[in-house]
Amino acid sequence: MSMIEAVDLVKQFTVYRKRGALRRERTIVTAVDAVNLSIEAGEMVGYVGPNGAGKSTTIKMLTGVLTPTSGDIRVDGLVPARQRTELARRIGVVFGQRSQLWWDLPLVDSFDLHRHLYRVDATAHAHRLGELVELLDMGPFLRTPVRQLSLGQRMRAELTFALLHDPEVVFLDEPTIGLDVVSKARVREFLAARNQTYGTTIILTTHDLDDIERLCGRLLIIDHGRVIYDGGLDALRDRYEPHRTLVVDLVAAAPPLEVLGTEVIKVEGPRQWLRFRRDTTTAAEAIARVAAVAEIRDLTIEEPDIESVVARIYVDGI
Amino acid sequence: MTDAWRLWRLMVGAQVRAQMQYRTSLMIEASTGFAVTFLDFIAVLVLFQHIHALGTWSLPQVAFLYGLSGVGFALADLVIGHIEDLSELIRSGRFDVLLLRPVGTLLQVVASDLAIRRLGKMFQAAIVLGWAISQLDIAWSLTRVAMCFVAIGCAAAIFASIWIAGACIQFFALGAGEIANAFTYGGNFASQYPVSIYGPWVRRFVAYLVPIAFVAYFPALAILDRPDPLALPHWLRYASPIVAGAALGVAMAIWQVSVRHYRSTGS
Repeated sequence: MSMIEAVDLVKQFTVYRKRGALRRERTIVTAVDAVNLSIEAGEMVGYVGPNGAGKSTTIKMLTGVLTPTSGDIRVDGLVPARQRTELARRIGVVFGQRSQLWWDLPLVDSFDLHRHLYRVDATAHAHRLGELVELLDMGPFLRTPVRQLSLGQRMRAELTFALLHDPEVVFLDEPTIGLDVVSKARVREFLAARNQTYGTTIILTTHDLDDIERLCGRLLIIDHGRVIYDGGLDALRDRYEPHRTLVVDLVAAAPPLEVLGTEVIKVEGPRQWLRFRRDTTTAAEAIARVAAVAEIRDLTIEEPDIESVVARIYVDGI
Repeated sequence: MTDAWRLWRLMVGAQVRAQMQYRTSLMIEASTGFAVTFLDFIAVLVLFQHIHALGTWSLPQVAFLYGLSGVGFALADLVIGHIEDLSELIRSGRFDVLLLRPVGTLLQVVASDLAIRRLGKMFQAAIVLGWAISQLDIAWSLTRVAMCFVAIGCAAAIFASIWIAGACIQFFALGAGEIANAFTYGGNFASQYPVSIYGPWVRRFVAYLVPIAFVAYFPALAILDRPDPLALPHWLRYASPIVAGAALGVAMAIWQVSVRHYRSTGS
């Protein structure tokens, strides 16, 4: 059985809108609309979508925070809303915007409280904590009150809090939000290693498509409460952006090159951009053909970035 | 149960350590609490300047009611009063975090604070209770002493139940916590006077719906061993522990149902 399974998952909220002094209008907003998910143990899945698409609502239902309006969920064989406390012991969650830590106390106190909350054996806890402190380089600020930590330090601490009970599934809601480039890279590296060495299933929502590109083999795109894409990154590119671009620096400026299977989309002095379809023309072929008609000094091949692909899907739909 | 108690101690311990970072403001709040509640009892004293008895209850007897109810109320307030701020917990999204942990949410909310600043109020009520006891002619025995402590425990449990049930309103209507205040603070006020002075309708309301009569009135009848001006069944004066237990049970059930209606906040 899959680690995470959701069938026809729906969440509706009743919203009251003011109409005049006393009257109010009742409307039902469907935040998640018949979502189906199936995620295997050990997968690393990116869950993306524009603001208000229903990402966080889905995560909250999968973690037992919200009770679904209808539909079935199983996470590690448990029904989240009904078996919440049992599930909590088996999952780790980081909500980027909500801290799990005790604000006014030294960081290490939060980890100590974690041990009691999750009833983890003291030796195992100390061992795991030691390992995580070393991996995430938290030694220097273990005794600092949480409120004085930098965002990057705090995020490392939140990750530790979510992993100390050795969960099988980890949900990360925007784990890299607001982090600088170095901290982001560090968090990503850590997550990838965690997934590989422990086989931890990781689901992460993000607005940062770099996260997905670096981490996730599989991508779920949600919009208006529905999953509109479920598959690999490469397949997404093939489907929505089948082109690659060959950028050549010629020895001298030339009129746009006419080469079979390619199309010049831009010329800038001696530099030309030639677009070609990845499914009909290989990069080697394209280069060979260009080399046959002009003398090349330098070249690069550009892959379409996932960001522009997803942006197009948000705007145009599937 | 022992596990819940251990967790409560640990979490409250952490909270108190955190509060100690702001020691001065804590002292100021505790002393203001003491001063404000003292003015409260002056109202009772002023009343007795004009009358000698309140529905056959003398001043020390009313002070006894006041003290029992007050200490119980302050105890409940100390341990659970911050549940009034549930709206804030929900609005800020911190309630989400509580739901992610393998521990009951009610325990976590209760353990999220220990309002040391409310000790001032308890101190004041204890002084009034002590004074009342010194003025009253009670035939003290071990049972009577135990009855006093049980009565205070029951009063605290009844107030705590009202607090819990009242706080649940906030799961459905954010910021509507004030409605619950009518029952908690109102209940405290109502139980400071003998139930016999109220009209029959109010009496029914405070005796059965919100079991305020079991906070101080019935236990006081038992401890003071005085006749009930209402001549209600004798066993009622010993029923507070059962009523308190039932009230807590009902309140916890209401909490469980309400959490299922929790809507969380955006993102």
